[in-house]
Amino acid sequence: MKKSSTNVAFYVPYVLWLALFVIAPLVLIIYQSFFDINGHFTLSNYATYFSSGTYILMTFNSVFYAFVITVVTLAISYPTAYLLHYTKHKQLWILLIILPTWINLLLKAYAFIGIFSQNGGINTFLSMVGIGPKQFLFTDAAFIFVASYIEIPFMILPIFNGIEELNESFVNASRDLGAKWWQTFTKVIWPLTISGVKAGVQAVFIPSLSLFMLTRLIGGNRVITLGTAIEEHFLVTMNWGMGSTIGVVLIVAMFIIMFLTGERKKKRGRRA
Amino acid sequence: MKKLISLTVAVLLVVLGLAVWSAELQKSQGATGDNTLNLYNWGDYIDPKLITKFEKETGYHVNYETFDSNEAMYTKIQQGGTSYDLAVPSEYMVEKMNKAHMLLPIDHSKLKYLNTFNPDVMNRSFDPGNKYSLPYFWGTLGIIYNDKFVKPGEIQHWDDLWKPQFKDNIMLVDSARDIMGFSLVSLGKSMNTTDAPTLQAAKAKLDSLAPNVKAVVADEIKMYMAENEAAVAVDWSGEAADMMAENSHLHYLVPSEGSNLWFDNLVIPKTAKHFKAIYAFLNFINKPENAAQNAEYVGYTTPSAKAQALLPKSVREDKQFYPNEAIIKRSEVYKDLDPSVVGLYNDLFLEFKMHRN
Amino acid sequence: MKKMKLSNLYLWVVFILLYVPIIYLVMYSFSKGDTMTNFQGFTMAHYQELFADTRMIQIVIDTLLLALLSSLIATAIGTLGALAIHRTTKPLMKNTVLSLNNILMVSPDVIIGASFLIFFTALKIPLGFGSVLLAHIAFSIPIVVLMVLPKLQEMRQSMLDAARDLGSSNAQILSRVILPFITPGIFSGFFMAFTYSLDDFAVTFFVTGNGFSTLAVEVYARARQGISLEINALSGVMFIFALLLVVGYYFIQEGQAKRKAHAKKGGHALEKTH
Repeated sequence: MKKSSTNVAFYVPYVLWLALFVIAPLVLIIYQSFFDINGHFTLSNYATYFSSGTYILMTFNSVFYAFVITVVTLAISYPTAYLLHYTKHKQLWILLIILPTWINLLLKAYAFIGIFSQNGGINTFLSMVGIGPKQFLFTDAAFIFVASYIEIPFMILPIFNGIEELNESFVNASRDLGAKWWQTFTKVIWPLTISGVKAGVQAVFIPSLSLFMLTRLIGGNRVITLGTAIEEHFLVTMNWGMGSTIGVVLIVAMFIIMFLTGERKKKRGRRA
Repeated sequence: MKKLISLTVAVLLVVLGLAVWSAELQKSQGATGDNTLNLYNWGDYIDPKLITKFEKETGYHVNYETFDSNEAMYTKIQQGGTSYDLAVPSEYMVEKMNKAHMLLPIDHSKLKYLNTFNPDVMNRSFDPGNKYSLPYFWGTLGIIYNDKFVKPGEIQHWDDLWKPQFKDNIMLVDSARDIMGFSLVSLGKSMNTTDAPTLQAAKAKLDSLAPNVKAVVADEIKMYMAENEAAVAVDWSGEAADMMAENSHLHYLVPSEGSNLWFDNLVIPKTAKHFKAIYAFLNFINKPENAAQNAEYVGYTTPSAKAQALLPKSVREDKQFYPNEAIIKRSEVYKDLDPSVVGLYNDLFLEFKMHRN
Repeated sequence: MKKMKLSNLYLWVVFILLYVPIIYLVMYSFSKGDTMTNFQGFTMAHYQELFADTRMIQIVIDTLLLALLSSLIATAIGTLGALAIHRTTKPLMKNTVLSLNNILMVSPDVIIGASFLIFFTALKIPLGFGSVLLAHIAFSIPIVVLMVLPKLQEMRQSMLDAARDLGSSNAQILSRVILPFITPGIFSGFFMAFTYSLDDFAVTFFVTGNGFSTLAVEVYARARQGISLEINALSGVMFIFALLLVVGYYFIQEGQAKRKAHAKKGGHALEKTH
C-alpha cells in the first residue's frame, strides 16, 4: 500500500511535464503539419517533402554533415575522455571542458569569424610565414570545424561517464593475460564503454541534423540543412504547416535512431 | 543526502539574493507599470540617449524589447499575451497586420509634427493617408562596392554583378524578396511579380550568378564588408551607411534601372494600453531635433524633412541616401503578396542557395 | 614515460582548442577598436561602459536567476522522472517514455519555441518571467533524466536488497542509499540544465514578453549593428567568475573529501564517488 503511494508521488510531476510540454506540443506539431499555408486541411506538405528534389537533397545534406560532424567530434572526444580519466584532478578537468559552453554561441561564432577572416589571426600567421592568406570562411571545412568545436563538450561528457564506470580490473586482467594495448582496447575497453559513446553520438548527431545559425554565420548559407528550412518556414514564410512537417520527419528520425541504439543494448545484455 | 539539501538551500539563497537585487534595479529605473511605454523595435534601432531623454522629459518609463524579423514580431503580437504599445514593422508587414486587424488607427489630431514629414514618403500604397502608420526610417536596396577592388563606374546596373571578374567576390543579404527582386528588375520585371514562370526565370538567372556569390549572410555582412572580405555586396542603404562609417573605401549606389524602396514604420498594435505615453513618444521622436539625432545614431534615412535639414551637409545632400525624385519614381515598394506567392519566392531562393557549381 | 608525455600534449592541444575563441573574445574586450579584427591598443573603456549599463546588469542578473531556478526545479523533476523510469519494468513502456523524453532535445529550438508560445497563449499564461521559467524548466528536464538514469542503472540490486533486509523503509532506502549513490548524476544534470538555460536563445525569444529579457536574446538583438566589444567585456567578466567558481568549488570539495577520508580511514567506497 505504502509502496504504491510513493510510486505515484514519483510519477506525478514528471508525467505532468510529459503530458503538458512534450505530448501536447507534439500533437500540435503533427496537427499543424496537415494544414497548408491558407489553413486548409491537406496531405500536400508530406507529398511536397517526399517528392521535391530540394527537400530530399536537403535531407541528404543534413545527414551527411551531421555524420561528418559526429565522426570528427568522436575522433577528438574519445581519446580526450579516455586520457582525462587517468589525470589527477579529472573532475575539475571535466568541468573545465563544459565551461566554454557557457559562453554564448553567437559570440563564439563571431570569434571564429575574426580568427578565420582575411585579416584574422590565422591568415596573419600564414602571411607571416610566407604562405599567404587563404579563404577559410564559407568553406565546408570551416563549417565542420566550428560545428564540431561546439559539439565536443556534449560528446566528451557521456563518454567520460562511460569510462568512469569501466571496471579497471578487466583492463588489468587483459594486460596480465598478455594482450597488447590495441587488443585490450578493441576487446575490452571499447565494448565496455560503447554505451557512453552511443549516448554521445545521440547527443551530437541528432541536434546536428538541424543546425541553422552556424550554416549562415560560418557556412555563408552554402550549407543548407533541414534546420535552415524549418527556421525559414516558421520565421519567414510563416508556412507553419511545412515547417511542422519537416519537424515531424526529424522526430521520426530521432525515434528510429533511439530504437536502433536501444535494441543493440538489449542484445548485448542477453549475450552477457 | 545532506549534500543535496545544503546545495539546494545554497542555490535558493543565491536565487533570492538575485531576485532582490533585480527588483531593486527595476525600481531604480522607475518602472511601476502604469507609467510605462512598451516599445517593440528592431535591435539597436534607436539612440539609447533619446530613450533616457524621453524618460526624463515625460516621466514615462520605456520597456525596450526587440525582434529580429517582421514575421517573428507578427507571430508574437498575433498570439497575444503581450502588451506592446508601439511596434516598428516594415511596409509590407504594415499591410499584412492591417489586413489581419492587428493595428489601431493613429489619431492625427494628437500629432504635433505631422507636417514636418517629407511628402515623398507619406501616403504610400501600403497605408493610404497614413491612417495606421508613421514612417520611422526609410531607404533603398542597392550595391556596395569596395574601391580597392572595383573601379568607380564598373558597376552601374544590376547586370554588372554577373561580370566574370567578380568571381567568388559578391555577398548577398539573406532575404528572398530582395535577391529575387533585383534579379526580376534586371529582367525588366516588377519586384512584385506573382506569376510563377517569370519567378522561375528570375531564379534561373540567379543560378547563373552563383559562381560570383561568396556567401549569403545577414547582419554579419557589415562586418565582412568593413573588413574587406568581399569586393561587392547587395544590401539595404541603412546597412551600407554603417559599413561606410567603418571603411572609407566603400561606396553605395542604387542602379539606375530602379530598386526597392523600403519603409520601417511606427504602428500601434491592438495590444496597446498606454495611449498617453504612445502619443507623447510619437511627438517626441518626430520632433525634428530628436529625429535628426536618431538618424545620426542609427545612420538610416530620416522621413522628417525638417530633421533632414538639421543633418550635416555631406549627409543630407548625399544622393544615395537621400535619393532624388527620379530614383524614387523608378523604385518599387513591396506589396504584401499572397502567402503562397511568398512561399514560392522563398522556395526558389532556397533552391538558389543550394545551387552549387 | 614517453606515452605519458604524448597524452598530456594531446590534452593540452584539446584544451587550447576549446579555449582559443574565448581567449580571443576576452583579448578583444581590451581593444580600442570596435570590431573583433585588428587589435588596436589597450583600453578598459569597454569595461567602464559595461558597468555603467544598468539595463545590461539587470539582464545578467535576471539570466542567472532564471538559469539557477529553472535548473534547480528541472533537476528535482528530472530526478523523480529518472527514478520513475528506472522502476518501470516493461521494456516497451520504458522505451516509449525515453523516446518521448528525448523529443525536446532533438526538436529544433524554433519549433519548441513556437509550440510553447501557442500553448502558453492558449492557456492565457501571460508572457514574461513566468512563461520563460516554465519553458526553461521544460526543456532542461530531459537532459537531467539522461544524466541521472545511467547512475541508477549502475546501482546494484543487491545493495537495495541488503538495505531492505536490514529493515529500512522505502523512504529510508531512497534517502540513505539511492540518493547518495546517484548524487554525481544529479550534479551533472543540474550543471547541464544550467548550461542549456544560459545558452538558449530561440525558445526564450518566443515565450518572453513584457520587458523580460535574457542575455542570449539581448546579445542577438545587439548583434544587428555588429557585436559591440562591451559584450566581449561582459563575457570576460562572466567567464572569469565562472572559472573561479568552478575551481573554487572543486578544491573545497577536495579538501572536505580528504578530511573525511582522513577521519574515517578506509571503508569509504561510497564517499569516493562524492
